[in-house]
Amino acid sequence: MEVVALLFDGILAALLPLNLGLALLGVVIGLFVGAMPGLGSVNGVAILLPFTFVIQQMTGTATAPMIFLAAIYYGAMYGGAISSITLGIPGASTAVATTFDGRPMALRGDADKALVIAAVASFVGGTISNLIFTGAAPLLASVALKFGNPEIFALMLLAFATFVGLGGDDIPKTIISICFGLIMSAVGFDIISGAPRLLLFDSTEWFSRGIQFLVLAIGVYGIGEMLWTINTTRDKAQMAEANITIRRIRIALSGFGNALKGTFIGSFLGFFVGILPAAGATPGSLMAYGVSKMVSRNRDEYGKGEPNGIAAPEAANNSASTGAMLPMMTLGIPGSPTTAVLLAGMVIWGLQPGPRLFSDQPDFVWPLIGSFYISNVIAVVVNLAFIPLFIRILRMPFTILAPLIFVLSVVGTYAAYQNLYDVWLMLIFGLGAFLLRILNYPLAPAVLAIVLGPIAEPTLRQSLLLSDGSWMIFIERPIAGPITVAALILIFLPLISLIWRRMKSRA
Amino acid sequence: MRIAELLAAIAIALFSIYLMWKSGEGPSWDPTAARFANIGINVNGEGPGSGFWPFWLSAAMLVASLAVMWNWVKRRTPESRSVGQYLDSYGKRMLLFVGGGLIAFLALIELIGFYGAIPVFLFCYLRILGRHSYLASIGIAAIVPVFCFFFFDVAMRIVLPKGYLEPLFIPLYAIFL
Repeated sequence: MEVVALLFDGILAALLPLNLGLALLGVVIGLFVGAMPGLGSVNGVAILLPFTFVIQQMTGTATAPMIFLAAIYYGAMYGGAISSITLGIPGASTAVATTFDGRPMALRGDADKALVIAAVASFVGGTISNLIFTGAAPLLASVALKFGNPEIFALMLLAFATFVGLGGDDIPKTIISICFGLIMSAVGFDIISGAPRLLLFDSTEWFSRGIQFLVLAIGVYGIGEMLWTINTTRDKAQMAEANITIRRIRIALSGFGNALKGTFIGSFLGFFVGILPAAGATPGSLMAYGVSKMVSRNRDEYGKGEPNGIAAPEAANNSASTGAMLPMMTLGIPGSPTTAVLLAGMVIWGLQPGPRLFSDQPDFVWPLIGSFYISNVIAVVVNLAFIPLFIRILRMPFTILAPLIFVLSVVGTYAAYQNLYDVWLMLIFGLGAFLLRILNYPLAPAVLAIVLGPIAEPTLRQSLLLSDGSWMIFIERPIAGPITVAALILIFLPLISLIWRRMKSRA
Repeated sequence: MRIAELLAAIAIALFSIYLMWKSGEGPSWDPTAARFANIGINVNGEGPGSGFWPFWLSAAMLVASLAVMWNWVKRRTPESRSVGQYLDSYGKRMLLFVGGGLIAFLALIELIGFYGAIPVFLFCYLRILGRHSYLASIGIAAIVPVFCFFFFDVAMRIVLPKGYLEPLFIPLYAIFL
C-alpha cells in the first residue's frame, strides 16, 4: 500500500503545471524526433541534454529535466509509427517491425486505422509496463541495496556480456566498441590514485580533463548517425494520406479488439526484453512481432496489414522503453543507449543512480514514475490529435533539419563543457563513428561503456584489492557468483554455438 | 568495402598498441617508475595499478581487431566479402561537403565565434547543398543565432565565444546582461 501512496503523490507532483508543461513539450519533441526518419529517442535525448541545465537552474531540482527527457523517450516510441505507416520508412529502428503490417494497411487506404491501432497499442503497452515497473522497481532496489563492489561489477560484466551474446552484431566489432568506450572513460586521470593517465599524444590541453560522456554521445548520435542517414536515405518516399477525425478514431477503436492479442504479447514481452542492456525496444518489437505471428491463426495475413502485426511491435517498443528504465533506476545500469544518456544526465545533475536512489531521493523517483503515467496519457492524446500536423512536418526536407541538428550538436557540446577542444573532439568522434558505421561497427556499446566505465573500473579494482588479487571473489559470493556465471555463459555463448554447429554438421 | 574493412582493423590494432604503451606510463611525479609497472593485478599490495584497466582493455581491443582481420582473411563477414565501394560517389561528395563543412564551421568559430560561424554554415548548407531559396536560407541563417544568443548568453548565462566579432556584442551585453 505504501507504493500506491507514493505513486499517488508522485502523480500529483508530475501534474504540477511546470512538470506537466515539460512533459507535454518533451512528448511533442519526442513524437517529432521519433517520426523523423534518421532520428530516434537517443538522438533527441543526447542532443537536448545540455539544454536541460537551464531547466535545472530554473527549478533547482533534477526532477523537472528528467521528466522532460523521459517524455522525449516516451514520445519517440509513439512517433516512430507515424512515418513507418505513412512513409513506409521507420522513424526509428524501434518502429521497423511496425512497417511490416502498418505500411500495407496504409497503402490499402486504412492509414488512419493503422495509426489508431499503433497509438492505442502503444498506450496499453506503456500502461502495463508502468504498472510492472511500479511494482518491481522498489523491490529490486531493496535487494540491490545489499550489493557490494563485486556484485556491482558482476552486473556491469553482465551488461556487456549481453551485448556480446545477444546483441546480434559482429562479435569482435562489438568487443572493440565496448573496449573503446571503457578506455575513453579512463582517459585523463586515474579515479582511485588521481595519477594522470592516458594523456593521448601527450596533450594536456585536450585530455587532462578526461573525455566527457556527451562528447562521445553527441559525436556518435548528432554527427555520425546524421551523416549515415544523409548517405543512406537518398530517395524520396511516397507519403500515404491519413485523415484523422473523431468519427474515424471511434470506428478504428471499435475494431481494436482484433489487435488485443498482439497488444498483450507486445506489452509483456517488450518489458522483459527491454530490461536486458543489449536488447531494448528494437529487438523487443521485432520479437513481439515474431511471437505474435507464431501464435496467430491468421499467419498468412501478416505482412498484408494484420492489426496484431501493428499492435504487437508498437506495444512492445513502448513497454521496452519503460523496461529499460528499471535497471537504470534500481541498479544504475542502463538498459538502452537512451537510458545511458539519461543515466549520465542524472550524474551531471548531481544524483547517484543505483539502489540508494529510491531510499535517498524519493522526491526525485516518485514524481518521475508518476510522470511516466502522465506522459503516456499525453502522448496518446497528442499523437491522435496532431497526426495530420506531424505528417505535414515530416515533409520538411532533411536538408533543413540536418544543418539545424549539426548546429545544435556543436552549440550543445560547447554549452555543456564550455571548451572548444571538446567540440573538436566531438566532431572527430562523429566522423569516426560515420566511417566505422559503414563497416557495421555497432556504436551503442561504446556509448554505454563510456557511461559505465567510471563505475566498472573502481568496483573491479576495489574488489580485487579486497581479495588480494583473486578473481574468485566474483564467483564465490552468493549474489555475484550466479551473475558472473551468467555473464560468462553469455560471453562464450557464440563460441559454444559455433562449436555445437560444427559438431552437428560433422555428425 | 573489403579493403576498408582491413584498413580499419589495422588502424584499430595500431591504436590499441599505442593505448597499451600509454597505459604503462608511470605517474608524472615519479620519473623513476618503470613502464608497465602499473598494469599488474596487485601493485605493491595496493590492488591493481592505474594502468591495469586501460592496458588490459586495450589488449582485448587488439585481440578483437586481430579477430576482425582473421575474419577478413576467411571472408566470414559481409564486409570482408563485399565487392561494393566503401563510399560511392554520392557518399564521397557528401562526406567532403558536409564533413568538410563541419570542420570549416568549427575553424570559423575559432575566428569569428559562434554568432559569425552559425549563419555562414547554415546559409552555405541550405543554399548550396539544400538548394533552398535565398529567402529561406537567409531567414533560417538569421533566426538560429538570434535564438542561440537569447537562450545561451541571456537565459543560461553561458557566453558563447565570439572571436573577432566580440566588440559588436558589447552594446548587446549592456542591454541584456
